[in-house]
Amino acid sequence: MGPDKKLLERWHAAQIVLLGGSAGSFKILFRIIKDLPEKLGKTVILIIHRKKNFFSEIEKLFAENSRMYMREIEDKDILKTDTMYIAPANYHTLIERGGYFSLDVSEPVWYSKPSIDVTFESAAEVYGDKCMAILLSGANQDGAKGLLKLKKSGSLTIAQEPGDAEMAEMPKAAINLGAADYVLTQDEIFKLLLS
Amino acid sequence: MDTEQGIISHAQVHELIDIVRKVHGFDFSGYTKASLKRRLTRIMLLNKFEFYDLKHVLINDADFFQGFLEEITVNVTEMFRDPSFYRAVNSQVVPYLSTYQHVKIWSAGCSTGEEVYSMAILLNEAGLGKKSFIYGTDINTEVLKEARKGIYSLRNIKSYAENYQYTDLKGSITDHFTILYDAASIHNELKQNTLFSVHNLISDTVFNEFQMISCRNVFIYFETYLQERILDLFYKSLCPLGYLCLGSKETIRSDTFKSKFKVINQKENIYQKVGT
Repeated sequence: MGPDKKLLERWHAAQIVLLGGSAGSFKILFRIIKDLPEKLGKTVILIIHRKKNFFSEIEKLFAENSRMYMREIEDKDILKTDTMYIAPANYHTLIERGGYFSLDVSEPVWYSKPSIDVTFESAAEVYGDKCMAILLSGANQDGAKGLLKLKKSGSLTIAQEPGDAEMAEMPKAAINLGAADYVLTQDEIFKLLLS
Repeated sequence: MDTEQGIISHAQVHELIDIVRKVHGFDFSGYTKASLKRRLTRIMLLNKFEFYDLKHVLINDADFFQGFLEEITVNVTEMFRDPSFYRAVNSQVVPYLSTYQHVKIWSAGCSTGEEVYSMAILLNEAGLGKKSFIYGTDINTEVLKEARKGIYSLRNIKSYAENYQYTDLKGSITDHFTILYDAASIHNELKQNTLFSVHNLISDTVFNEFQMISCRNVFIYFETYLQERILDLFYKSLCPLGYLCLGSKETIRSDTFKSKFKVINQKENIYQKVGT
């Protein structure tokens, strides 16, 4: 069965797509970035946990395989449509009111830098109901609080079905907080993003 | 569960900026607001403050401010953060520095000194240790005390050791420290040619002439107009053909200064002053 009508409407209305992933999210993220069309008409922001001194590997692989223009975020980059941004390793990425990114090297959150919570929370403050966010597989609880804040600001929020995720803890934490409007499997997520 | 939501509003952030400027003389109006707001929220949570409590202590409790300043400015730093940057300095800047009889370097926003000592190690390894002098500055007097000591916890040193391995410098990071139980003290010969002092990039001016200025992961906290003002300060503080190093995700956005600085290394954001 395809996504329901209300969900589809909200997905189409979203201008900013936030994808947060940690351990076990690589495969699904790779499929997403490969399948999203060049002209999605939205801004896509990826926040992925990873080690600090091996920065170029994931970015390179993603950039080589994505149809959408992809860019590792630099400080004060302006958010543009049809661009896929990836939060750099060893920084937190924040979104400012003027529609640009700012970076921050402060303490890790949930042992993570970039932290999904930090980006989700600042997106909620600036863009509120214009966002849609998906929290994918992961082995800690980063992203749950941020997803809740997005939901409360009117964003469309989705958690990956924990039973379908390689690491259940991250989406599970979000679901337990009541942060997810929808809980979807990988296949349901793809269907939604491509419709 | 709901404690995070809207703990401080955008207007309240501006109110606090105003108070800090009027009462304490520090101007945070050019700071990026999302990050500043996160720091303020953190201070309120740590102290179990409501907005009005914070306002009250900022106005009435002079002793509170030093700690506030320490919390509001991000003092997270590493030795040899971004090892590829140090490799680039070694291959692209050191040959230029070695042509000088005396080398003066400014590390602006040096926090607890890790970058100053990283640079001191690099210059020492390049044979420039004896003729170079590094000035570390910060707005925060407390972090400068730590910087002067040059003593770091062993746990931190362990995490810096991995960075060091990627710099291609010989040996290991511990070669430059004396280990004392759970702490490591930087060798005296590396400390000799350093000086740490208070300098506020927003309100203070040129204090010396340098062959190289390193200001890494400071601009990320500033709006672009403030970055431009500080670029002007750096431009005036550099000798002709002097080098400016920014953080690996910080670029010169200002058109005026794009023409005054030549890009030496795009990825590491190393620039050279052109013109006089």
